Amino acid sequence: MKDTRTTNTRRRRVRSYPIIVLTSLYVILFAAMLGYITHYSLTHKKEFINNEHNTRQKILIKQNIRGKILSRDGDILAYSDKDENGKEVRVYPYSNEFAHVVGYANKGKVGIEAFSNYYLINTSLDLSQKVAYDTKGQKYPGDNVTTTLDVHLQEVAYSALSGRRGAVVVSDPKTGEILAMVSKPDFDPNTLEQEWDDLLKDTSPEAKLLNRATQGKYPPGSTFKIVTALGYLKEHPTDYMNYKFSCNGRFDYEGNTISCYHGERHGNVDLETSFAKSCNSSFANIGVGLKGETFDGVLNDLMFNQDLPLDFCRFAQSSSSYPKDGNPNSVMQLSIGQGKTSISPEHLNMITCAVANDGILMKPYVVSVVKSEDGKEVKKYEPEEYNRLMSSEEARILRSMMTQVVQKGTASKLKGLSYTAAGKTGSAEFNDEKESHAWFTGFAPADDPEICVTIIVEEAGSGGSYAVPIAKNVFDAYFGVE
Amino acid sequence: MELYVTEISKYVIASMMLLYTITAFAAFRFRSREARTHIYATQIILMFMIQIACFVQILARTGKVVYLFFFAFQIVVFSAVIMLFYFIYPDGNRLIINNCCLLLMIGVIILTRLSYEKAVKQFVIVAISFLIGFFIPEMIFRFNFLKRFTWIYAAVGIAAMSVVLILGATINGSKLNYSIAGVSFQPSEFVKVLFLFFLAGALYKAEGIVDLFILSAVAAAHVIILVLSKDLGSALIFFMLYLALIYISTENIGYFIIGIAFAVLASAASYRLFSHIQKRVMAWQDPFKDIMGVGYQLSQSLFGISSGGLFGLGLYGGAPKSIPFVETDFIFSAIAEEMGIVFSVLMILICLSTFLLIMQEGYYINDKFYRMIICGIGISYIFQTFLTIGGGSKFIPLTGVTLPLISYGGSSVLVTIVMVMIVEGICMIGSDERYEEYLEERRYYERKKRRYERYEDDEY
Repeated sequence: MKDTRTTNTRRRRVRSYPIIVLTSLYVILFAAMLGYITHYSLTHKKEFINNEHNTRQKILIKQNIRGKILSRDGDILAYSDKDENGKEVRVYPYSNEFAHVVGYANKGKVGIEAFSNYYLINTSLDLSQKVAYDTKGQKYPGDNVTTTLDVHLQEVAYSALSGRRGAVVVSDPKTGEILAMVSKPDFDPNTLEQEWDDLLKDTSPEAKLLNRATQGKYPPGSTFKIVTALGYLKEHPTDYMNYKFSCNGRFDYEGNTISCYHGERHGNVDLETSFAKSCNSSFANIGVGLKGETFDGVLNDLMFNQDLPLDFCRFAQSSSSYPKDGNPNSVMQLSIGQGKTSISPEHLNMITCAVANDGILMKPYVVSVVKSEDGKEVKKYEPEEYNRLMSSEEARILRSMMTQVVQKGTASKLKGLSYTAAGKTGSAEFNDEKESHAWFTGFAPADDPEICVTIIVEEAGSGGSYAVPIAKNVFDAYFGVE
Repeated sequence: MELYVTEISKYVIASMMLLYTITAFAAFRFRSREARTHIYATQIILMFMIQIACFVQILARTGKVVYLFFFAFQIVVFSAVIMLFYFIYPDGNRLIINNCCLLLMIGVIILTRLSYEKAVKQFVIVAISFLIGFFIPEMIFRFNFLKRFTWIYAAVGIAAMSVVLILGATINGSKLNYSIAGVSFQPSEFVKVLFLFFLAGALYKAEGIVDLFILSAVAAAHVIILVLSKDLGSALIFFMLYLALIYISTENIGYFIIGIAFAVLASAASYRLFSHIQKRVMAWQDPFKDIMGVGYQLSQSLFGISSGGLFGLGLYGGAPKSIPFVETDFIFSAIAEEMGIVFSVLMILICLSTFLLIMQEGYYINDKFYRMIICGIGISYIFQTFLTIGGGSKFIPLTGVTLPLISYGGSSVLVTIVMVMIVEGICMIGSDERYEEYLEERRYYERKKRRYERYEDDEY
């Protein structure tokens, strides 16, 4: 009798499943939390260090000297030094030339100074090197940032723009590297602190602090015909060669009128000639024939009304849309890049790059590598495919049309050179009294593009006369013809 | 030279912490005390090596010799605790004591870095708590009648919390503490133990739905008082404790699911009712939106956690003092910043292994009352850890509770040490049970053997 009781006690041994369930529940919860903390903190490190409310930046600044910003050939674009009072100052050897793209660091941070701030204030020196600096009683040098900027191209673009307001963007369509980026009027980052109040008070159209290349919102004018033409190619992929139009200097449609530049009559034109001669009437005709969805689809593909893949600068979204009510006047204005459409020079450069690179846009970048003072590579930025903006065939057709602009159209100043250029001009009218903005966007060599240039000169006149010569200077400098 | 010391010690600390964590989990493979012996020794060596490395770092950075005495004092106290425990309670769970000492050490180290005065104060309370704590396992083991005071626990608990609610000073928008003779107490911490005993006692005796209903009403009274005191974190812990114990006692997962569903509804309702809860949820969703307002604490905490990287900025290398309430609610952020993500993750794993050890003891105990007490302690410990660390790292909304054993706070550390000692007491009851079982089993086999022999004798 006694024996069976003992056996029962042993069998009655409690197996409490709730304890197992609850314990497993917390183990899962903790696993999730640990994963989250590790991932979140490691991926947000840079972003948080740059936050102005994070006091840890001060520790790094106290400990390290801000690193240098270098051109692609190693020329110093910005470095930190001590002034006569022993105070650390930021020196920009090229003064105004790189003002917008390199940016500044002492009145808030913009440009590359902001984008690479994390690396500039951190140091990746070896421990032994650090000790060497410690014994000398010096601060550690921060990491140096090498950009893709080419000093020579930047200088050429900068001086070619001379006293005009405007912007120049030069890039490599195959990699997305920005080779030069100029915006005028400019400022001297060396004396920014003294001039800061005046710069802020300034409400005239000067707006010196604005980087017009990425933040400027300009009417694209005839350069927008690239977009309209792309729309036409989408609707007529095989029979676009059959397009015919007879231009008598103006185009009337349902009581609205579009005139060609200075009322010029282009006569009988096909698509290629309309594009080359920049015939407004013909493009207004194309525009009213296009479907709204086609137009909006193209605008969407080309990144209008959305954030651009730019992380190294502040930028403005470009805006353009097919009128919801289908109002013919708005449609006609849209097809020739007037009206409510706006674009930044950098965005137009990206579209041009995509055309030049078989329809694929490489993500634009301006910082190529970060190295510690002793030459150790800390971070490398590789060319990165961002998106396909159009088909390879569409890009090829647009390229040949843009070549014709140089050969027999509005950019003839680029004809007959040692290299073959291609592009599209624009003369954007924005005000009845003032001269139009002069645009050019293009690339060279036409058959295997290596360089893409986009130029806007504010209130200058026609693109062919004012923007194309600047492009020629840049192309000449790039191909070594001077 | 100083740089070599601080840089190298960072990696030394992290790797020793890794080894310790491995031993803490390896221990689960060995159930018998004999097999665990070498683990105890390894853990104790690693523990003191971590502490020495941290203090070398502190001395290299500050150069203050006075810290050396403080450090020596700590070594004496911690080794005394570990030794005494071994001699007085050889049947206790030494892994839990080791983990507990390591976590306390880490707490005192990071507090030394944040505020030396607070660290000293905290450490004195730790020492006193252990002194008191040493009597507890024996009391738990002997005073079987503790099971019987069920309703007295509840009455004392509710009374204490009501007094605070009515008279207490207002701190941080939550009426948390009152001071007696200059020492401020946080009654909700002490009431937590009473609440646990009340629940375990009531569930132990509960028969049928009516009893469950009555004890639920009394438990709800606790939680409601805490919610009215705006002590959201404690209210949640009490509620989770209640849910877990109901589930363990009834073994009915339905109660648990209903309870969680109720908690979700109650949270939604309180979100609508209380503006301070809305603010916390807002801060959780996007702390950077209103960085100078409601999001300030959390964003500073996140800056801290992320700035350390894998191996931290080294003690005194960061800026943890820019985080509000860093010694209490956000101590984890300070640890992550200066000692690194690797170290903090390992530290959380050690907290988790402590929890697993407690639950394992709970699983192997037969007495239902003690099983509920020990599991309740495990649950409240791990849930509070979860609330603090999850809240400070934006995993869940912030509730404002402290990290047990590590955060600054006298009541909290005293109560946690008391709870750990209760666990040890129950471990002794457990091994007693197992010993009894073993004896009984042996008697059974001996009888069987004797009977068999008798049978054989009869045969021949």
